[in-house]
Amino acid sequence: MGNPNKAKAEKGLMRWVDDRFPATQMWQEHLSKYYAPKNFNFWYFFGSLALLALVNQILTGVWLTMSFNPSAEGAFDSVEYIMRDVEWGWLIRYMHTTGASAFFLVVYLHMFRGLLYGSYKAPRELVWVFGMTIYLVLMAEAFMGYLLPWGQMSYWGAQVIISLFSAIPAIGPDLAQWVRGDFLISGITLNRFFALHVVALPIVILALVVLHIIALHEVGSNNPDGIDIKQKKDEAGVPLDGIPFHPYYTVKDLVGVAVFLFVFCVVVFYFPEGGGYFIERPNFDQANPLQTPDHIAPVWYMTPFYAILRAITFSVFGLDAKFLGVIFMGAAIAILFVLPWLDRSPVRSMRYKGWMSKVMLTLFAISFVILGVLGVLPSTEGRTLLAQACTVIYFAFFVLMPFYTKLEKTKPVPERVTG
Amino acid sequence: MKKYLFGLLFALVPVTAMAAGGTSVPHSMDPDLHDQASLQNGMKLYVNYCMGCHSLNYQRFSRAADDLGMPQDLVEENLIFSSDLAYNDQMHNAMNSGDAEGWFGAPPPDLSLKTRVRGTDWIYSYLLGFYKDPSRPTGVNNTVFDLVAMPNVLEPLQGVQELVCAETDHPVEGQEPDALSGKYQSCDVLQVTEPGELEPAEFEEAMYDLTNFLAYVGEPSKLQAQALGPKVLIFIFIFGVIAYLLKREYWRDIH
Repeated sequence: MGNPNKAKAEKGLMRWVDDRFPATQMWQEHLSKYYAPKNFNFWYFFGSLALLALVNQILTGVWLTMSFNPSAEGAFDSVEYIMRDVEWGWLIRYMHTTGASAFFLVVYLHMFRGLLYGSYKAPRELVWVFGMTIYLVLMAEAFMGYLLPWGQMSYWGAQVIISLFSAIPAIGPDLAQWVRGDFLISGITLNRFFALHVVALPIVILALVVLHIIALHEVGSNNPDGIDIKQKKDEAGVPLDGIPFHPYYTVKDLVGVAVFLFVFCVVVFYFPEGGGYFIERPNFDQANPLQTPDHIAPVWYMTPFYAILRAITFSVFGLDAKFLGVIFMGAAIAILFVLPWLDRSPVRSMRYKGWMSKVMLTLFAISFVILGVLGVLPSTEGRTLLAQACTVIYFAFFVLMPFYTKLEKTKPVPERVTG
Repeated sequence: MKKYLFGLLFALVPVTAMAAGGTSVPHSMDPDLHDQASLQNGMKLYVNYCMGCHSLNYQRFSRAADDLGMPQDLVEENLIFSSDLAYNDQMHNAMNSGDAEGWFGAPPPDLSLKTRVRGTDWIYSYLLGFYKDPSRPTGVNNTVFDLVAMPNVLEPLQGVQELVCAETDHPVEGQEPDALSGKYQSCDVLQVTEPGELEPAEFEEAMYDLTNFLAYVGEPSKLQAQALGPKVLIFIFIFGVIAYLLKREYWRDIH
């Protein structure tokens, strides 16, 4: 500002760039003139936090790759080498292990926000589908990453999950062998999981995140009232209830970032094992194909689906229980994709939906958490019954949705956002 | 709804915390990584009594010297016995693993990460849990590790410990405490019957130091994390306050 020549030169440079690349246009479309509803609440922090978690995983992952040795002989040792001999290696590794759990935590809260305010409903179906695809690939990414430290739980967790493929009739055993690349999990499996974990899947995830955000910015953000802010605009065409994402939500999200980082760093510095849930105790023993740990449990973010898998203890139509379990587990994830077409409610937000939707969402959330807890614990008869009940509720939430969303009486939706 | 869900999350915390707990052991042990005298004594005990058989393949002498506050010449003179090992080397053991397998049935495991696998309570209880059992090839068994292959190499310090029937302060399952003394009757009480170089209390203290040292070896970076953690958290807190003030300033005109 002080020097008019400098300002002029910057303008000149920006114009030079803009003539060749839509830099200013993109900045405006996605930030300074992207109008987001002004009534975002607590639940709207988790989208930007998921992006932060992704950046953390990529940066720490790149640095881990510099010292990690992806071989059955060297992987375990190289992780301890990173923990002890690499400068700041322990911090980078704990940021990565804690980051994985943090990523899933914010993604789950982000998805719950979508359920709460109907963010998946038209015209945002593709935003939801891209998001669900990110979640699916993220689970694969996390699963493959967990094999890399080559500890006992890495090995046996992967053994359990890959053996699920062998439950598929006819092609199962060959398919499982094809995934492993060997007759049992070996250095070959470790190498291919490494390639997928550090190269292939991150590229897919990044591409999907771009699609998720482009689709969102095409239709605009939903809000806690679930109303369309583009219906009411001023003379300049700016939504009356919209505010530019930058600077308003960039500064607001910074506060969320600070709170998130504070909690994140408390875990990284003081509780990196997360009580045995982020890094499981048996994983400090090197993988041993001849010795099965007493109790094999997946990491917490996979356990709801693992509990559904184990809840299926009966065979139907000649299909054995294990295969049915795999089908139910797959269906539990697949059904999330079609959610936008199951909800027939005239309103989006839970604020204006009827009591049935509220009850079902509450039961669904409770069941999901209970399944998550059950998936960690060894199964007993009582726990299996509870898991079966929760599985029924999980699916009922979706399968019955076309009926209860249509039957129930909704409240009138306000014209403008209510804050 | 919001409050309700958060309440639910917190209500489930104790359930999951219980799930993480392992099998119960008779003693509990909280490491103190800032007690350098204890850690140094633990390292001394380790190299004198354990390291012949058990390696610490991830732990360097030099790193331990730095972290535990020991000068290099003292470490080289008193803690490195093998001419094959240098100050910057990892703490490899002297025993040939093929020989070890022949003698004990399996090579003695590397102990670098054992406190992270088993927990310090288990290690401490194990070290205190040897008792005389003439039916075993080594003459001893262990209360937390039945049919253990390891001999009680610490016997010169501890003396001979035996399982006896006696009164104990530890609750015994299915038994009411004595109304007068508040004690229980048990035939699983460990008692030193032939004294060693150390009194029982001194021996327990020595085993605390040894376990403490192994806890350090399990995660040396914990010292760095504890030193850096508060600085990072203070930084993030100040950043958060500034971010909040900035947000409030920007949002002043949004109604």
